[in-house]
Amino acid sequence: MTQAPLFQQITDFANRANPYPLYEELRKNPVLHEEEGGPYVLSSYWDIEALLHDPRISSDAANLAAAGDDELSGPEATGLPPSFIRLDPPEHDRLRRIANSSFGPPHRPRRIENMRGELGEIVTGLIDGFGDARQIDLVDQFAYPFPVTVICRLLGVPREDEPRFRAWVDPIVAGLDPDARTSAESQRTAQEARLQLGMYLNGLVDQRAREPRDDMLSDLVNSHGPDGAMTTMEVLSTAVLLLIAGHETTVNLITNGMLTLLRHPEFLERLRNDPGLSVKIVEELLRYEPPVQIVPQRTCIADIEVRGVTIPKGSRIWLMLAAGNRDPERFQDPERFDPDREDIQHLGFGSGIHSCFGAPLARLETQIALSELARRLENPRLVADPPPYRQNAVLRGPRHLEIAFDGVRQAV
Amino acid sequence: MPADYVDWLRREGRIVIVGASLAGLRAAETLRAEGFAGELTLIGDEPYEPYDRPPLSKSVLLGKASPHRTELPHRREIDAKWRLGVAATGLDLSAKRVKLADGDEVEYDRLLIATGVRARPWLKADEGRLDGVCLLRTRDDAADLYQRLKAGPRRVFVIGAGFAGSEVASACRETGIPVTVAERAGAPLVGALGGVIGAVAADLQTENGVDLRTHVTVTSLEGDSVGRVRAVHLSDESVVEADVVVVSLGSVRNTDWLTGSGLGAGPRGIACDAGCRAFDFRGIVTDDVFVAGDVARSPHALFGYQFLSLEHWGNAVAQAETAAHNMICHGADRRPHLWMPAFWSSMFGVNIKSVGVPPMGDQLMITQGALAERRFVGVYGYQGRVIAAVSFDNARWLEFYARQIERGAPFPVEFPTMDRRPEGRQPVAADFPDPSLPTHGPTVTLTGYSPADQQLVFHPARH
Ligand SMILES: Cc1cc2nc3c(=O)[nH]c(=O)nc-3n(C[C@H](O)[C@H](O)[C@H](O)COP(=O)(O)OP(=O)(O)OC[C@H]3O[C@@H](n4cnc5c(N)ncnc54)[C@H](O)[C@@H]3O)c2cc1C
Repeated sequence: MTQAPLFQQITDFANRANPYPLYEELRKNPVLHEEEGGPYVLSSYWDIEALLHDPRISSDAANLAAAGDDELSGPEATGLPPSFIRLDPPEHDRLRRIANSSFGPPHRPRRIENMRGELGEIVTGLIDGFGDARQIDLVDQFAYPFPVTVICRLLGVPREDEPRFRAWVDPIVAGLDPDARTSAESQRTAQEARLQLGMYLNGLVDQRAREPRDDMLSDLVNSHGPDGAMTTMEVLSTAVLLLIAGHETTVNLITNGMLTLLRHPEFLERLRNDPGLSVKIVEELLRYEPPVQIVPQRTCIADIEVRGVTIPKGSRIWLMLAAGNRDPERFQDPERFDPDREDIQHLGFGSGIHSCFGAPLARLETQIALSELARRLENPRLVADPPPYRQNAVLRGPRHLEIAFDGVRQAV
Repeated sequence: MPADYVDWLRREGRIVIVGASLAGLRAAETLRAEGFAGELTLIGDEPYEPYDRPPLSKSVLLGKASPHRTELPHRREIDAKWRLGVAATGLDLSAKRVKLADGDEVEYDRLLIATGVRARPWLKADEGRLDGVCLLRTRDDAADLYQRLKAGPRRVFVIGAGFAGSEVASACRETGIPVTVAERAGAPLVGALGGVIGAVAADLQTENGVDLRTHVTVTSLEGDSVGRVRAVHLSDESVVEADVVVVSLGSVRNTDWLTGSGLGAGPRGIACDAGCRAFDFRGIVTDDVFVAGDVARSPHALFGYQFLSLEHWGNAVAQAETAAHNMICHGADRRPHLWMPAFWSSMFGVNIKSVGVPPMGDQLMITQGALAERRFVGVYGYQGRVIAAVSFDNARWLEFYARQIERGAPFPVEFPTMDRRPEGRQPVAADFPDPSLPTHGPTVTLTGYSPADQQLVFHPARH
């Protein structure tokens, strides 16, 4: 039996529960190019970090030499222009700045921090909802509903509509899997779903244009800062992006977090007594089990040289964030989960101009979620290890996480 | 024998640091972190524990931070003897003693000099003493200037449009105070970034309501009958009424106290090798005197072994760490201080950052963004290679350009970059003023031999 090329093993579901030995293999050849027309796979920390700051690397699909086999990704096919995550400066910068003016500093420096109390209440409510159960699926009963509720409130999307938009979100997220990339059918389904979701949000946006409220949709549609206003289409693609990115990644971060803590009970115990430790725990998690494992959508617009290998202009590049995060060139004892490490750095949120827009929110949500779970669950333990994983190699996380416990402590 | 000496020094030697500010504190922390267990003394002429200066011309003037609350956070316990509020007045190299203003003398086995720079005062001392004429270097200066701004002056006059002067002007505009800025050169920031970028800074100032006067010098300051400043006279014969004048003419290195000591110290700073060891006046390296921070000038391999003097926060930290490390280790373990010069500033809502040595560049290319949008990256070239880069509101790309400088990447920049505009396809002259003309002072100065130093007399060594 011949071994499949390494880059195909990345998407192979068989490696999903523990891809790290595969990443170690990848790092032996940190600029891997196995197949004519295939991607250049980069897996060392410093190389990835450098490329995330390299102005010769584009996020715009139009720059792919092989754009022909990606013909569905053009705006015509979807009716929605690409969101800023798939754009380069200056358009990227303009859209991201407008979106940020309703989310973070300098215009709304405390928007996220001010949500602390509200986030705590949602978490308390969800944990109270476990009732007398002695076993739960953390994903369905906690890690998914929590960030969904939060992003719905922040954007101003009715929480009751979740079953509707979930039907569109799932195929969109599936379309991000590089494996699915090769399948025109799954791409088409994703594009179609994106359009549907955009149309659904259009109804809300219309309403907010007439009657603004204190939510991000209202801000997006009514923004008139120094960068001017977004077009309606830009508002919709930004809203689609924020809605999806606002919860799909956090679900995995919380679930990966609880899984990791249950595998390292000493930290769960310390967290129970010291919620402040959650800050370091979350940073180390972003290094150790990042929800976004791969950035598979970069292209170089010039020939560039990395470690003596010339990556030709127009090549597709996969940045293996999760492999870089465990690069022994960068970290001592990288395979160990250790929130006490002196300098916790990671590529978990990417870096450079596309670094995670929602990072402050994701951090706060996960800090509160994990410290509350640690505090309130009595003697929690894993029912199955490893748990069943989702298909996706890019947004990696357990599909379910069954946890047994002896009881739920009272909220304070 | 020398090996034993270092071991002894680490255990029970005496280390003295003169200059208790950013570089001094970071050096002290590094010494302890690396296991120095002997006696540590910090001497500082200011009465305060080390504090941070960059906020003094930014958030402090806006009232967003108190000048008394910019203490530098301590990274670790340093268990030092603090001699604050007393200046070092002399150095006896052979007896290894530092003389203090209060008559005391402190002996050392190894000495670190981190005395930084001070603001260059107004050239006519009597005018400089008028009430309302301010400098901005220390916490006390900032507290005083802040109070004067808060009192709502009719107009502030800033002499010199370098970074500090421009930041003061920015703070005035942000708080609604009328401000005039006078600059000898053709635009603000030209000494640091050249005329092309200077023109952008000029637009930025005038659009924000600064009354910017270029190609002029201030000839005199006029006081009223009770000794308060009331007007500024300019070389173009104009007179501007103002009740606060901020003198922002660059800096003077704090080396006067070393006069006659035999150390290679002078108006350009204290020369040292790449390992931060000071040279004596004969160009021979000392082994027990080290230098770090704004007062140092050291050769840099990336920039043709030019002696560079950097007034950069980050350099002070990095150089202090290297100096401290080298002070207490054996020769082979010493590290060179090969810091990539990097500076930041913010004014009129724009974040400005540079890497490398812009004043060394003779050409400039806008590789990303556009000057007109005031969001761009400019790359400086020198003899066919990339030597520096500057960004306005685009700092995230600078790391990339720093790497280009490290590699000696070719200039002009031929490869395509995201957001390259037609104006960025061809290099233009960076337009630095003639270096022999005085300006307010850039933040990086080449301090090697200058042909202007005519007093030089050469005596070849004879055996
Ligand atoms: C207003 C202002 C804004 C700035 N903004 C920026 C910025 O935005 N970005 C940036 O990169 N840099 C900035 N800088 C520069 C940065 O603060 C300096 O590079 C840094 O402070 C250098 O540290 P240092 O320890 O070498 O020198 P200093 O901070 O100057 O410390 C030297 C100390 O030694 C003392 N001293 C001098 N002579 C003697 C003596 N004989 N005996 C005893 N003590 C003595 C001095 O009083 C002083 O306390 C700014 C500086 C100022 C003043």
